[in-house]
Amino acid sequence: MRVLMFGWEFPPHISGGLGTACYGLTKGLNQVGGVDILFVVPKAYGDEDQSRLSLIDAGEIEISRRFVDYKGFFRRIHFIEVGSSVIPYTSPEEYEMLMSKNEKGKRYLVNTTFSGKLAFSGGYSHNLFQEITNYAAVASVLGVTYDFDVIHAHDWLTYPAGIAAKLVSGKPLIVHVHATDFDRSGGSVNPGVYEIEKNGMEYADRVIAVSNLTRNIIIEKYGIDPAKVITVHNAVEPLENREMIKREKSINDKIVTFLGRVTLQKGPEYFIEAAHMVLQKMQDVRFVMAGSGDMLKHIIHRVSALRMGDKFHFTGFLKGEDVFQMYSLSDVYVMPSVSEPFGISPLEAMQSNVPVIISRQSGVSEVLEHAIKVDFWDIHAMADAIYGILRYNGLSKVLRRNVKDEVDNLKWENAAAKVKEIYESLI
Amino acid sequence: MRTICLYFQIHQPFRLKRYRFFNIGNDHYYYDDYMNESIMRKVADRSYLIANKVLRQIIKEYGCQFKIAFSISGIALDQFELYAPDVLESFQKLAKTGCVEFLAETYSHSLVALKDKEEFKRQVEEQRQKIKLYFDYEPAVFRNTELVYSDSIGADVAEMGFSAVLTEGAKHVLGWKSPNYLYCNAINPRLKVLLRNFRLSDDIAFRFSNQAWSEFPLTAEKFVSWLNKMDKKEETANIFIDYETFGEHQWLESGIFDFLKALPGAVFRNSKFTFGTPSEIVQNLQPISSISVPYPISWADEERDLTAWLGNDLQRDAFNRLFALTDKVNRCTDPRIRKDWKYLQSSDHLYYMSTKFFSDGEIHAYFNPYESPYDAYINYMNILSDFSIRLNAQVPESNADQEIVNLTRIIEDKELLIRKYENELKRFRSSKTKISAVKESKDALKKTSKTAVRKKSLKNKTSRAKKVTGKTAKKSTTV
Repeated sequence: MRVLMFGWEFPPHISGGLGTACYGLTKGLNQVGGVDILFVVPKAYGDEDQSRLSLIDAGEIEISRRFVDYKGFFRRIHFIEVGSSVIPYTSPEEYEMLMSKNEKGKRYLVNTTFSGKLAFSGGYSHNLFQEITNYAAVASVLGVTYDFDVIHAHDWLTYPAGIAAKLVSGKPLIVHVHATDFDRSGGSVNPGVYEIEKNGMEYADRVIAVSNLTRNIIIEKYGIDPAKVITVHNAVEPLENREMIKREKSINDKIVTFLGRVTLQKGPEYFIEAAHMVLQKMQDVRFVMAGSGDMLKHIIHRVSALRMGDKFHFTGFLKGEDVFQMYSLSDVYVMPSVSEPFGISPLEAMQSNVPVIISRQSGVSEVLEHAIKVDFWDIHAMADAIYGILRYNGLSKVLRRNVKDEVDNLKWENAAAKVKEIYESLI
Repeated sequence: MRTICLYFQIHQPFRLKRYRFFNIGNDHYYYDDYMNESIMRKVADRSYLIANKVLRQIIKEYGCQFKIAFSISGIALDQFELYAPDVLESFQKLAKTGCVEFLAETYSHSLVALKDKEEFKRQVEEQRQKIKLYFDYEPAVFRNTELVYSDSIGADVAEMGFSAVLTEGAKHVLGWKSPNYLYCNAINPRLKVLLRNFRLSDDIAFRFSNQAWSEFPLTAEKFVSWLNKMDKKEETANIFIDYETFGEHQWLESGIFDFLKALPGAVFRNSKFTFGTPSEIVQNLQPISSISVPYPISWADEERDLTAWLGNDLQRDAFNRLFALTDKVNRCTDPRIRKDWKYLQSSDHLYYMSTKFFSDGEIHAYFNPYESPYDAYINYMNILSDFSIRLNAQVPESNADQEIVNLTRIIEDKELLIRKYENELKRFRSSKTKISAVKESKDALKKTSKTAVRKKSLKNKTSRAKKVTGKTAKKSTTV
């Protein structure tokens, strides 16, 4: 079986959860076996310029094709990189960085994965949708050039491409919803994006949602027939057995961590209010907010207004090894997200044996048992859970023992097997 | 003669309210009144009252040929008092028929038997008194919380003067042996042991309304035919179940009450079985052998052990922290602390923390106010923290503190004495001045020539008064 998969990013160029999820899923599919993947990603890391895409109309698409061998796992994956001026970003820092480059390169920036509102650079906003359409045009060419059985498109930017490929090839289309604009925007949905998402879901023969939470949004907000919406929960890559330099904890205080973008969607303000409550009763505890975002200034103001600056620390945006070290220093990890289609970060914390408190408004809470679940707005419950884990040894002991086992059982293979079943049901 | 022993267990815990850590030290009321009342009312109306009525009808029809045994935890009785006095009354009516035996248990439905012998005894005694008060009945047979039993618990129970104890006929304890005989304790053979026939009991308690069960539907006739199939030599069928089975676990619509109604008739018509209470069985039967239970068993879950309450670290931590307070509580006389101590001991609080919940869901979720075991643990530990703070205020921590408390108490007592003597002194003084005043007025009136006599008597009086004051002064100095 051959699958034409439209992604947005892929290792090594990962900027967010979507790339990680695609990586895990394709790896899982490979382990399950019997699936050939034709992976299409826009290549936006070179110095491509506008003229390249305009070539599409002339029928001269510049497509680079390569085979990549990722530690032996991906022998059966073909990569197709399409020149595009649309590039994804997830962190505000990256955004800043890309924006400054933009002055010369005139690229469009689009916030793809799990971040805030759709952002356009300068006055090019009307052109973004044109770009997406162009990407779709490429897809239609691919649709006739290559031979495949199923089309699988990840998140809204690739839906038009998926639709185009379906129209030219007549093969079944699966759209994979990692997030909807309702999650990203906190309610103020961009009608253009909504249109593309809805269109994609309607054209699709099957819609895969990363959680029941997302599935409900798809059914209720997009009016999609429940029968064709299937939940396949994400999983997590097992930690590599590499030697990590564990930073020694230099203070005796307990550490409670928030790690993620400081945006409305992630609920950082609830974390602060809960921290304030805990500090009324406990002194030997410190709170860390790792990450940055458009709410950071507001958050810092609030922290100083609550007079807890000496117990509350901001690390800024963390990457790679630093993330791992942050986890290893933590006694509790809190994810108070207001709306989280899945939420992979608590799983990463659990891999480091850290007890987690997660909001019930997250997809990951559907698959976890050994986590404390609270409503994101219920700061009393959140504070109580933090206090409980820090104060009562019995609790942290049991959680620490169970979280690792639980997270190790969430395997991409299982998710991939479900996805494969969906493929098979369509052929 | 073969007997059926029907025993029903009645218990409802005081469920705790949502108690956050910032309540610690501020809020000393721990119970969710609304939930407790609504659950109690619901169970009373759907189960207890109807079942009691059915039993009364049966007894009316067959007299004391039909017998049953109840064990009602002290906490359940407290809740009847608060929320369902009608249930209490209907149990009293049943008690008056004389066909009902009441068993003893721990007041709090606690696991104290595993931890502290003295406290165990105290709780059983308290429960006995409560049963005596309401039903004018002296329990002679004991059943521990959730039928928890081991050889050493049995020995403790025998020491308390009970003739028999009820427990689970656990497979891993019995091996090839049958639960349908009377056994005795391995340490103290005078204590008889009645074992629950879990197959027959669970047929009613768990499987009755299960349509996937091959024996569905269960009728009284079918049940009696199973009794008849028992080996001819076997002497007793011990059916021990939760009373809430009737109407709550098995709904009214499942026909459970009709089953109960029809059972005695079917037994009398179709078999040679009679009904007997645990005490009668103990009197009538000879124990066939001793039964060795080195490790505690219970009637819970598939494993029939303690893992439902003490299976994980959450539970063990909470359990140990609770009972670490025993000594202090015993030194404390504050009635509210004593009461909270009893209510916090309910094994139910530990049950809610079970992580078996994830696999053994259904039973554990029953009336469980918490969404996860972690929730249950956090809530309970917060309450326990507050309770310890209150306890420490009442019963100081260190020896030095204790000494200070003792000394202040002595000083208080002495001050009380001194005040008393001062009052006496005042009284004597005032009487002395009164006497002299009266004398003087008399003298002024009479103005007789008997001055010498007057002086003499006056001297006498004053000297007597002096003696008295001297005495009291001495007294107060010796104090």
